[in-house]
Amino acid sequence: MNQNQNPTTDQGLTVKHICKQFGDVIALDDVTLNVAPGEFFTLLGPSGCGKTTLLRIIAGLELADSGQVFSGGKDITRLPAIKRQVNTVFQSYALFPHLTIYENIAFGLRSRKFPDAEIKKRVNRRLEMLDLSSMAQRHPHQLSGGQKQRVALARALVNEPDVLLLDEPMSALDARLRAQVQEDLRRLQRKLGRTFILVTHDQSEALVCSDRLAVMRQGRVVQCGSPEEVYDNPTDSFVAKFLGAANLIPCTKAPGGVQTAFGFLALDKEPVWQEGTVAIRPEWIGIGDKEPERNGIRARVTEIVYRGTNFDLWLEPGPLRVRTSSYRRIDPGREVWLELASKELVILEDEAR
Amino acid sequence: MRRQHPLVVAISYLTMAFLYMPLVGVAIFSVNAARRGMVWKGFTLKWYLKLFENEWILEAAWNTLLLAVISTIIATILGTILAIAMDRFPWRSRTSNFLDIILHIPVIIPDIILAASLVVAFGLLRLASSIFEPGLLNMIIGHITFQIAFVALVVRSRLVAIGREVEEAARDLFATNWYLLRKVMLPLLMPGIIAGAMLAFTLSLDDFVISFFTAGPDSQTLPLFIFAAVRRGVTPQIHALSTLIMLVTVVLVVLTERFTRRQEKIV
Repeated sequence: MNQNQNPTTDQGLTVKHICKQFGDVIALDDVTLNVAPGEFFTLLGPSGCGKTTLLRIIAGLELADSGQVFSGGKDITRLPAIKRQVNTVFQSYALFPHLTIYENIAFGLRSRKFPDAEIKKRVNRRLEMLDLSSMAQRHPHQLSGGQKQRVALARALVNEPDVLLLDEPMSALDARLRAQVQEDLRRLQRKLGRTFILVTHDQSEALVCSDRLAVMRQGRVVQCGSPEEVYDNPTDSFVAKFLGAANLIPCTKAPGGVQTAFGFLALDKEPVWQEGTVAIRPEWIGIGDKEPERNGIRARVTEIVYRGTNFDLWLEPGPLRVRTSSYRRIDPGREVWLELASKELVILEDEAR
Repeated sequence: MRRQHPLVVAISYLTMAFLYMPLVGVAIFSVNAARRGMVWKGFTLKWYLKLFENEWILEAAWNTLLLAVISTIIATILGTILAIAMDRFPWRSRTSNFLDIILHIPVIIPDIILAASLVVAFGLLRLASSIFEPGLLNMIIGHITFQIAFVALVVRSRLVAIGREVEEAARDLFATNWYLLRKVMLPLLMPGIIAGAMLAFTLSLDDFVISFFTAGPDSQTLPLFIFAAVRRGVTPQIHALSTLIMLVTVVLVVLTERFTRRQEKIV
């Protein structure tokens, strides 16, 4: 885990030992995270994992039962939302329906009594930056979903917050627009150099946008690191399956490797457990007509799915899922050799049974 | 459009006729030249003109308006505050259910019960001060008691429709409570507040029972005047007065409807 040992002295945003309960439901269970200044950090997890609650605690819209929140080294745990240099892009955008786009964006400046000239300068800059200048005098109900999302973004950014929080900001957009917005958001964050914290259940969003991400489950952080680190070395089967696709192979420890239902698989490293799981991504499995030197499995194709950029194959024994490039069509019924190379097999450290 | 069975169509028309025939009848007789009886003797507006010469009626109209305006203003303010408090204060769910029932009671309780209890209440209050003698003040207080519930119900449904997210967004954007109320909540609630006020206003305008039990000798209102006059016999003048009140009510209802429609399109 890539976590700072002494987070309070850091200038970024830190949450320490946050717990939150709603009635009998534990929303957050001792969550500690550190987000560096200027970092694009993502909280990734299925619905109900507590990620939105954590975001609301950082925003000051919810109070933690215990634990602390630090921003720029200052303890802001008890500070109300209106005193925090943190702004939020809400899931449904929560634009003010009775105000024009211009006034929506100006809201945070007006409420703090900025002079008109300053407001005009700042709002116009954001309108331009997010390509909204022609919409300034319209009302939110006259805008498309993508435009509303940009207004919500502009309305938060115009305040130049230390931390920008984004609560599933793309869930209301259609798939094609979403891919575009993900890249735009990434670029915007790079350009502004501000700290962004994104909450999402969409793994591709997390991979595209983040410098680092934390995978959450049932109120706890399961794994935290850069997208590559987490994707390449998931520590348990939940992370392996939530972030990308994975073949999970139950096994027992044997000298030099593990014993599985398909036979012996050599590993580069000794697992820490006696009985557990190893994982391998579908695109890391080699497929061919010749038997490989090590870790070869004879398998038969049962199903093939075309996905545009690649094929997904399902094979017996297993079922094992293999991803091949789109020019390698292998029809169901054919027998092939699979290679589960040692360096591609991930030992799920937290997955002892 | 889907074609309806002729029977369904017939029943709908009959229902409409049943509802509106008496009102139309009153309107027709208000322009009938005949002094009494069911015979048509030509069109006239003299009954309407006579209304404006009758000092009793003018005073009653003035009282009605005064009563409706004052009670509506106060009830609207109190009802709006009540609605916000009920919806946004973090009540425990039991308290919240209890408040809900309390709010609905003035709406469903028979007017006569409310009126009778007001008589008792004012009787007790008179022990403390003589300003609670039957009269306009008592009528205003009486009207407010039932108007508040209607206003609060309408405003609260609007609050629920608005949801909490815009409120949180405003707080996130550094709005103090006062700023939030002024710049976000009140503008968004306005259609509900106006609809509630219009409803309260028409209810006050039409009220007979509460007024009857709380009125004094100098606080005759139009419904009270009509009641007293009808006992002496229905005259074309009463028809004219009833028609006017009806028209005012219809105009108010239509205006309210229009206003809320337009607002809801924006919001």
